[in-house]
This record gives sequence, structure tokens and C-alpha cells, in this order.
Amino acid sequence: MTSYLLRRLGTVLVTLVGASIVVFSVLNVLPGSPAAVILGQQATPRAVRQLTAQLGLDKPLWRQYLDWAAGLLHGRLGVSYVSHVAIGQEIGQALSVTGPLVGLAMLVGLAIALPVGVGGALRHGRPSGSLLGAVGQVGMAVPTVVGGLLLIVAFALRTHLFPSGGFPGWSDPLQALRSLVLPAVTLGVVEGAILSRYVRASVLEQLRSDYLRTARAQGLRMGQALRRHGLRNAAIPLVTVLGLELASLVVGAIVVENVFDLPGIGTLLLDAVDNRDLLTVQDIAMLVAATVLVLNAAVDISYRLIDPRTRGRS
Amino acid sequence: MSPFSAAESRGGRSRRPDEAASDLLPDGPVRHRPRNVSLVVGGTIAAAVVLAALVSLVWTPDNPLAVDPALRLAGPSAAHLLGTDEYGRDVLSRLMAGSQVTMYVGTLAVLIAVGIGLPAGLGAAQRGGIVGQVVLRLADLVYGFPALLTAIVLAAAIGASTSTVALALGIAYVPVITRVTRSTALVVLGSDYVLAARAYGRRPLAILRRHVLPAIATTLVAQMSLLFSLAVLAEAALDYLGLGTTAPTPSWGAMLQDGQSYLGSDVLLTVWPSLAIFLCVLGFSLLADGVADRRHDAVTRAGASSRTSPS
Repeated sequence: MTSYLLRRLGTVLVTLVGASIVVFSVLNVLPGSPAAVILGQQATPRAVRQLTAQLGLDKPLWRQYLDWAAGLLHGRLGVSYVSHVAIGQEIGQALSVTGPLVGLAMLVGLAIALPVGVGGALRHGRPSGSLLGAVGQVGMAVPTVVGGLLLIVAFALRTHLFPSGGFPGWSDPLQALRSLVLPAVTLGVVEGAILSRYVRASVLEQLRSDYLRTARAQGLRMGQALRRHGLRNAAIPLVTVLGLELASLVVGAIVVENVFDLPGIGTLLLDAVDNRDLLTVQDIAMLVAATVLVLNAAVDISYRLIDPRTRGRS
Repeated sequence: MSPFSAAESRGGRSRRPDEAASDLLPDGPVRHRPRNVSLVVGGTIAAAVVLAALVSLVWTPDNPLAVDPALRLAGPSAAHLLGTDEYGRDVLSRLMAGSQVTMYVGTLAVLIAVGIGLPAGLGAAQRGGIVGQVVLRLADLVYGFPALLTAIVLAAAIGASTSTVALALGIAYVPVITRVTRSTALVVLGSDYVLAARAYGRRPLAILRRHVLPAIATTLVAQMSLLFSLAVLAEAALDYLGLGTTAPTPSWGAMLQDGQSYLGSDVLLTVWPSLAIFLCVLGFSLLADGVADRRHDAVTRAGASSRTSPS
């Protein structure tokens, strides 16, 4: 197990380095001078040269990469070319919105996926089961944007229960939470629908397993057998899915924040793209990619920890 | 399926012996021979969307770009079946023309994913060892960049356009195809008939072509259809965010963005593109399920019949 952990951590590190090279290359190898973009069209070539030197962009690319990577490791993400604010500070601020949003969405997703998935599996082959199964299929096809707009129409424009967008800041926690409700439900419902399909498949597999049949043969009712033995086994593949869902929630947040006009990571990223603030794009892209890669690895490792049967295999 | 489960399945159905017996008849009740609903429904919807896109190439009810200030935000009428948008443009025509963007991005993205992922997956399965490891690690690396993130980064680097979206989604889906290809190909490569073909002296490439490709084709097609539906979703999101197709070219995602300003007064403007995206995604994901079910038909039928009704 220890050697597996070390190996897995090793591959994560290598992949993270690879990811940072990819992000850096894509955003820096292409022609175009950030200095020229910052200074606008009327800039003199001399001013552009000066700013380029000031930003350290006249150094060789490999040197720029190493500076950037070393900065990341020290928690120095650089200063935005556009807003002249430390990017780390901006990201921290944005995370105070995106973090709770993703957390709430995860709860909403689970609250939907578990009953729908388990119910669908238990009623498999009956009309009610097919209906629950269809929830996942249909829910998956609802674009996040559309889900959000539907909620805005129903709960903001028609009934004024929740704000249709914007974020008042955490100084008023109750109002802040209120403005996160619709975005979190939007994100959670769509993820919950997808997740319910995995829950259903996983529970179905356990329902067909030999040990559950044995438990039934010993006189346990289906529900009892499932509670005592099945659900724990069904949970194993779900840990994997949860990790992957968390990653896709982070990405989904980019869209939802835009629909509801929330000042989170997604908005920060899109504004940076609009303003050609490439260093901010680079930092956030790296942050999101690192989150996804680390989550993937964590899933792999937790899989081993939960299920001893997988430990023998490499 | 073990003989035991077959026996159990008879037991499980003993409450309705007539139905169990009718299973043996050629035209038994549909209930026990579930037709592939997903395949039929999904295929029909998908075909309808493809057809709409093809028709729109030569004909739309109105010019999708024709502005008519006198007819701003008009409701549905005989002249404009789905009404007009904030510039007086015909919504139905824009929906039809928008499906071209959807089809283009979906098709190109899937082709890129398969074009790179299939050879990579086959190579990793066939060669194993260092080659296999390198391919898998690279796939892991790309997998760290979710489709939307890839598209946003590429848009920042080379500018937002419909083709940028297709390229980004295609790259992001490569690891999916690579992994599916590798894992299904490994099963086939480990089978006895491949061993026999090897003993017979068939070359690796010939084995891949004659034995592996046909065996994994169904799984691959199902995966392609699923990726297509995901591409439609992602493309709509990116167009909504303004990182894909640019105005005035009509696209479903951009129509959502335009409609949001009129959510309070003209909700239909949002409803139509929403429905189009929803149906298209549902169609292709159902199609994926249906195709996958065809493969597992035998297994599923046996599995479904071994089910005991829960108490």
C-alpha cells in the first residue's frame, strides 16, 4: 500500500508538471505581446518594449516558465496585467463564492441522486422504476444554463423568493446564502441527475450479486439485505463518481456564475479572457486543472483504502 | 448467467405462470421482451435534428439574418411560426440555421477525439509496456483539463470561434475514447480466438483490423454518440458565454444569451433554443444508450429475468 501511494503521488506530481507546461505553452507560445494589449493601440513601440521588460516578458520562454512555476509553488501568482491587483488575492476572494456554491450544489446533488438512484434500482423493471431511471436520462440533457434560467423565471421573476443574480458579499451571511440558493440548485440538480444514473447502476449490480441472494436465502427481506450488505458495497464505485462529480461541479460553476452574475472563479476567468489578461487565465486554468488532477488521484487512492479487494492489483 | 439464476427467475415469476410460459412463444407479451425504446426514440430525435440541419442548408422559412424592426419580439404567427426575436428575425429559421453550428461542432469534436483516441487506445492495448504507460499518462494529463476549461483556455490563446470550440472539445474527449478503446480492446486481445489468430501467424495490425475493431465497434459508436451529446451541451454553454460562435451567425447557445434579457417579458425566446438543445442532447444520449443496449441485449435480458422482486 505504501509503495502504491508513493507511486501514485509520483505520477500526480509528474502530471501536474506536465499540466503546467501545457497551460504555459498554450498561452505563451502563440504570437502577440501582452504589453501591446495592455497599452492599447496607440502605444509606441518603445513603451511596449519597456513594459515587456518590466513584466519580465523579454526573458527566454523557459526562464519565464520557471519563474511562473516557482511563483506558484511559493503562492505568488503574480499581478494582473489589467487590474494591477495580486491575482492570488483575487482568486481568494472569488473562492469565497465558488467554494460554498460548489459545496451546496454537491449537497443538492446527493439529496437528489441517492433517493432517485436507489429507488430506480429497487423498482427496476416496473413503470415507477423506469420513471425514476428516466429522471437521470432526461435531467442529463438539461443544459445548466437552461436550468438556471428556468429557476430564475420561476423563483425570481415570478415569485421574488430569491434574487435573480448578483452577490451582496458575506458581510450579510443570510442574504449571501439566499443569493447562492438558485445557483446551487441549478448546479446540483443537473449533477444529481447524472449521479443518480451511477447510483442506480451501482445498486442494480449489487441487487444481482450472489451474496445478496445468499442473504435473501437466509430469510432477509430485500430492503433488509440491501441495508445490511448491499449499500456499503454499492458505495464503493460511488466514491469514484463523487470525486469526478466534484471536479465537474467546479467547471459547471463557471457557467452558473455567469448565469447568476456571481463574482466567483468562473466570472474571474471569463473576465480575464475578455480583457486578454493572460496571466490570470494561466493561473486559474492551472488551479482548476490541478484540482481535477488531485481529485482524480484522491479517488484512485480512496478506492484502494475502501475496497481491500483492489489492493492486490497494480 | 448461471443456471441457478435462470431457475430462480422462473421461481420469481411463479405468481404469473401464464407470462412465464408465454416467454417461450414467438410473439410473447412485449413486457418480457423489452424493445429497444432508447434506440428508437433516440435515433428518431437525432435523425430529426440532423435532417433539420441539412434542410436549413438549402431552405429556411425566412432569412435567419433578416432584421425587421417593425416586427420586434412578435409572438408566434402564421408568417413566423415561433415568433421573432429582439431584431425581428424569424426564430424558427434561426433555430434551424443554429443546428448547423451544433452539428458541425459535435461532428468535428467526435472525429478529432476518435481520430487521435482510437489509434492511441489500440496502440496502448496492443503494445502495452512503456508505450501503453506513456499513452495512459498522457490521457490522464489531458483528462485534467475538462472540456469547458480547454475551450476557455484555447479561446484566450487563439480567439473564440466555432472551430476553436470544436477543436477544444475534440482534444478534451480524446482520453475518453483512448480509455474505452484500450479497455475493450484488451478484453478482445486476451480472448482465445485472438490467441488462435496469433498462433496462425496473423500480424498484429491484421488482428486489430479483423478481430479487435469489429468487436469494439458497437461500444465505440455508443461512446461517440454520448460524446456528441456532451459536445452539444458544451457548445451551447460556450456560445452562451460568448466564447464560441460569434454574432450574427445563429447558434442555440447565443440565442439563450440573447433571450435572457427578455426573460421577464418574452420567455418564449428562451424556451425555443432550450427545447432544441434539450431534445438534441436527449436524442443522442438515448441513441448512445440504445446502441450500448444492443450490445448487452443478451446479458441484460438474462440479468433482468434473474431479478427477484424486492419486498
